[in-house]
Amino acid sequence: MRMAAAVLPWSTAATILLIATGLVWGLFFSPPDYQQGESVRIIYVHVPSAWMALFIYSCMAAASASALIWRHPLGDLVARAASPIGACFTFIALVTGSLWGKPMWGTWWVWDARLTSMLILFFLYLGHMALLNAFDDANRGNRAAAILAIVGFINVPIIKFSVDWWNTLHQPESVFRLGGPSIDPSILWPLLIMGLGFTFFFVTLLLLRVRSEFLAARLRVAAAGR
Amino acid sequence: MLSAMDRISTFFAMGGYAAYVWPAFAIAAVVMVVLVIATLQTLRRREREIADLIKGRPQRPGPR
Repeated sequence: MRMAAAVLPWSTAATILLIATGLVWGLFFSPPDYQQGESVRIIYVHVPSAWMALFIYSCMAAASASALIWRHPLGDLVARAASPIGACFTFIALVTGSLWGKPMWGTWWVWDARLTSMLILFFLYLGHMALLNAFDDANRGNRAAAILAIVGFINVPIIKFSVDWWNTLHQPESVFRLGGPSIDPSILWPLLIMGLGFTFFFVTLLLLRVRSEFLAARLRVAAAGR
Repeated sequence: MLSAMDRISTFFAMGGYAAYVWPAFAIAAVVMVVLVIATLQTLRRREREIADLIKGRPQRPGPR
C-alpha cells in the first residue's frame, strides 16, 4: 500500500505528460492520411483505447486466476478495480470506431469479426461488474466474477487475430505484427505515446481504485461485525 | 498566405471530417474525466467512512 502511494504521483505525472504530448503531436504535428485525410486522427484515441480494453481484460483475468487458484487477496481487489476502467476503454473504442467507420466505410457498424468480438468484450466487462455486486456475500460475487473473467479470456486472442482469421471490414494488424509495424513513423510515434499515456492512466486509476476497494472490503467486514 | 483565423478554422474543420473527429476526442475525454471524478469521489467517501469508524462516530447509512 505504501509502495502504491509512493508510485502514485509519478504515475499521475507520466499520464498527464504522455497524453498531452501525444495529443499535441497527433493533432497538430502529424500528417493527414493520403486516403483518409484528417479523419485518420481518430486513430490517436481509438487504437490506444482498444489496446487498453484488451490489456486491462488480460490483467483482470490474471488477477482473477491468482485470487481463485492461489487465493491471493489482492487478486479480487485488482479485478474489482480494473473492470470499470476496462469497460470505459472498450466503450470509447467502440464509439470512436463508429465515428471513424461512418465517414470511411459508410457505416456506423458492421457485424464483422473484430467489431463483434469487441462488443462481446464490452458485455463481458458489464457481466463481470454485475456479478461482483449480484450477491449479498461479496466473496461469492468475487468468485463468480473471477470465473467469468477467466473463461471470457478466450475472447482476447480471438479479438487480436480476428482480422487475420476472418474476412473483416476492419483493417488488418498494423502495429503488433510479425515484420513490425506498417504504420509510418510520423503517425506511429504519437500513437505509441498515446498508448503509453493511456497505460499510465490505467495504472494511476488502478492504484486509486485498489485502495478504494480495500477500504470497501474493510467497511463490509465492519458492517457485518455489528 | 492564410490568416491566423483561417488557419484556426482550417484546423477545426479537420478536412471536412470535423463532425466525426471532434466528437470522438470529446467522448474519449468525457468518459476518462468522469471515470477519474467518480473514482476520487468514491475513494474520498470510503476514506471518510473508515475514519468515522476508527473514531467511533455513528455511521450514516448508505451504499458501501
